[in-house]
Amino acid sequence: MSLQRVWAWWIAGVLAYIPANTYPMLITETLLSNDASTIVGGAVEIARHGDFVVAAIVLVASVVIPVGKFVAIAYLAVSIQRGWLHGSRQRHRLYEVTDFIGRWSMIDVFVVAILSSLVQLSVVASIRPGPAALTFALSVIFTMLSAQSFDPRLIWDSEDEDKDKNEGRPA
Amino acid sequence: MTDQPIPNDSEDYIACPTCDALYRARMPAEGGRAVCQRCHRVLIAPRSATSLRIVALTLSVTILVTAAAFFPFLEIHAAGLGNRASLLDVATSFRSGTLVFVSVATVATIVLVPLLRTLLLLYVLGPLTVGKAPLPQARRAFRLSQQMRPWAMTEIFALGCAVALVKVADLAQLDFGPAFWMFALLVVIVIINDAYMCTWSVWNALDEKDN
Repeated sequence: MSLQRVWAWWIAGVLAYIPANTYPMLITETLLSNDASTIVGGAVEIARHGDFVVAAIVLVASVVIPVGKFVAIAYLAVSIQRGWLHGSRQRHRLYEVTDFIGRWSMIDVFVVAILSSLVQLSVVASIRPGPAALTFALSVIFTMLSAQSFDPRLIWDSEDEDKDKNEGRPA
Repeated sequence: MTDQPIPNDSEDYIACPTCDALYRARMPAEGGRAVCQRCHRVLIAPRSATSLRIVALTLSVTILVTAAAFFPFLEIHAAGLGNRASLLDVATSFRSGTLVFVSVATVATIVLVPLLRTLLLLYVLGPLTVGKAPLPQARRAFRLSQQMRPWAMTEIFALGCAVALVKVADLAQLDFGPAFWMFALLVVIVIINDAYMCTWSVWNALDEKDN
């Protein structure tokens, strides 16, 4: 039952993540140019200016963390549906990391919010949010809900049942 | 996970909230911690004068959030033109069409949820600090404040500011407004506040006052 909810939010999160990467996140208009950049495109641009640390933060927050989270939640849910017994401790660790780290993906949404409220200098420069800001925010929220629906106690349940069986007690 | 009935003695039991292992709760020494053997989650971590400290920190969070929301947060200058934005401007910057949802989410995660959480904690812990009985619905308020925890994103917004500063650096000149420093202080206080709170001790205090 609880896994159904995990999968539902997971699917919604993955679906929202696709347009989040194909549509522009940030639209920059200056006197000379009109430039729409996607999430990855924006990070590449920062790296081109030489700020590799900031580019890495953006890439980690908006690509590595979300994709890693999709994989981690799917792996945990499948491991419980198959009733795997081994590595409960490692799987629990994975759950904790996933649950803790997911919120940090919101960085890019906040960056877009700061830039588009601040950079409003009529014709000199102005920044507008693109449609990806919406789908990306939704994707982060959906995956957070997915991770929260996941009950980590299920990881230990199959181990407990197995122990009960071996000791000849009813599970 | 055994089918033996749990003996009904005066000792309190505590089940680990993440992995369900059952323990006999015994108060660790001041400053010590009781940790789940199986999944290493901290179960009990009492500290001296905790609730008084939390009430103090909570009050400062309330003041700082309110002030930081209205004072200028960042200022920008380029080619003789300038613009300033407060935290509320930032949060409501998505005005067109469906993007309004992003505005709502931003306001909620960086202003409303942190503020509401601290107000709920104040409601729950305030009476306990001065030794009075908890106010009605205190349990529900405390539970709600715990559920809100992952949705308060002040520290994430702080890192977002750093990234935004780098992005604008070659487009225009940036200045920090007073709200920026209040917000920086706020992030530190929120983190300390969360680190200090022992959930089990609060529930325990609520139970004791009830009986």
